[in-house]
Amino acid sequence: MTLIVNNLNVHHGAIAAISDVTFTVPQGELTAVIGSNGAGKSTLLRALSGLKGATSGNATWKEHNLLKGSAEIHVRHGISHVSEGMSVIPELTVEENLDLGAIWRRNKSEAQSSKREVFALFPRLEERRKQSTATLSGGERQMLAIGRALMSKPELLLLDEPSLGLAPLLVKQIFEAISNISKQFGLSVVLVEQNAMSALQIAHSGVVLNLGRVVAAGKAQELISDPAVRAAYLGY
Amino acid sequence: MFEFINTLLIGITSGAIYSLMALALVLVWRSTRVVNFAQAGQALASTYFGFEAMKHIDNFWIALLIAMIGGAILAAFIEMVFMRLLLKHTSSGAIASVAPIIATLGLLEVIRALITLKWGGADVLIKAPLSNTGFSIGTHTLVFSPMKLAIIAVVVFLLSILSILFQKTNIGLSLRASAFSPELARLAGIRVDLVRTFGWALSGATGAVAGMLLVVNGNGSLSPASIEFSLLLISGFIAAVVGGLDSLLGTVIGGMILGLSTAFVLMYISDSLFFIAPFIILLLALIIRPQGILGKKGGRRA
Ligand SMILES: Nc1ncnc2c1ncn2[C@@H]1O[C@H](COP(=O)(O)OP(=O)(O)O)[C@@H](O)[C@H]1O
Ligand SMILES: [Mg+2]
Repeated sequence: MTLIVNNLNVHHGAIAAISDVTFTVPQGELTAVIGSNGAGKSTLLRALSGLKGATSGNATWKEHNLLKGSAEIHVRHGISHVSEGMSVIPELTVEENLDLGAIWRRNKSEAQSSKREVFALFPRLEERRKQSTATLSGGERQMLAIGRALMSKPELLLLDEPSLGLAPLLVKQIFEAISNISKQFGLSVVLVEQNAMSALQIAHSGVVLNLGRVVAAGKAQELISDPAVRAAYLGY
Repeated sequence: MFEFINTLLIGITSGAIYSLMALALVLVWRSTRVVNFAQAGQALASTYFGFEAMKHIDNFWIALLIAMIGGAILAAFIEMVFMRLLLKHTSSGAIASVAPIIATLGLLEVIRALITLKWGGADVLIKAPLSNTGFSIGTHTLVFSPMKLAIIAVVVFLLSILSILFQKTNIGLSLRASAFSPELARLAGIRVDLVRTFGWALSGATGAVAGMLLVVNGNGSLSPASIEFSLLLISGFIAAVVGGLDSLLGTVIGGMILGLSTAFVLMYISDSLFFIAPFIILLLALIIRPQGILGKKGGRRA
């Protein structure tokens, strides 16, 4: 059960947003995809979750071809995508956003136990379950977005910049939560981040994207100590 | 005092019917972001389905059910066959905002023509299931009748069912999620295309009830060129805008405001304002609360 991405190309019209991208994520491991704004990180995740069609290449998960079929099918194969910028619906209540994640699941008692797991992870969400999502803080919304993704009982979690717009203290908490979730549920995770250092610190491996191409890849620790990566992405 | 009660009850009855038409428009607006001018034609066609059913079974309530089913199927058909094609080929540029308007206006005329072809242009009658003779208070006789009371009851019943559907069921959650964020709905595994078609079907059924009730609230006559149905479309549209277009509760309140204020203007100012009153109310609403009764500035509501 590995995510295998091979020579992936994705275009926005004539613009090549992802070019010949190749990497794998072994079962239960967390891979950080880092790169500056416009590097193609979101496009990569959108192609994997079925929101965006790819031009060529391969992407498979458990023998399931990710480049065929659409997002509503992929989620049934254990893929949850938390898209960029607070992936929640503000018009719904907190609990409705969570229920949304499990809406396709036939077994409602299993869905209930997923909800208990999410509430155990993020007690704040349980306190606010009846509240309108619009009243949540940025950090709480991000927890809710991750909670919604967990409600789909994922095996592969695609996270797009969960730290975006959060205060430093919250950023630390969110990264800890992601690391714990990955371990607790044995999830494979693709974590897209501009916050490169924090992401690499909780990752097993990393992929550095620049203008849609992989410019460095390897074990997270190796990337952290690579002088070129440090200079360009870690800021020291 | 008597006149006041009379006007109030008349206003509530027509407000109830406007609310249904407005809901029909809002259900489509929420699912496809299209203002569906064909809604008047669909309601008219559905009412003819009801008329046809009445010929065979002579029971208004069963005919109403058949009109709803017919209206739902017609709406689903329009969404799947016309709107999908249209929205696919005109998804961007200036044409994207104009094409649906022209298309649904065209569809309105097509439906009217088809109705004339099938049922002819002359008036047909739908017999009201209850008396249209008003209740009496002492020596006074109200315009408010058993039929009007039943109309209000049907609308309240339908609104309760819709509200349970939207707030308490997974189908309702799918409808709301797909309306507010199609992309997140898809990520949650919802087949947004199917949900959209269902939203149209629900709208078609709601419009059918509006049409059937409109006819029996009046003198029972029905024709393809019916001015009442054109006015129903306009009233529904105004009520929907007053309600903020996205909010179901706001829409119902919008319909009531429109029904009541029109009734009072006609009673206490002048009944020559019949055609103008709704527009004055729309104008006032847009000036006072352009975001709708319940809308927040720049926001949307469930
Ligand atoms: N919907 C879109 N239409 C056209 N170009 C897009 C679209 N989304 C992204 N792009 C372009 O694709 C490239 C990669 O964008 P994106 O994947 O959002 O990068 P990142 O998430 O790393 O910031 C950028 O050049 C961006 O301008
Ligand atoms: Mg991005």
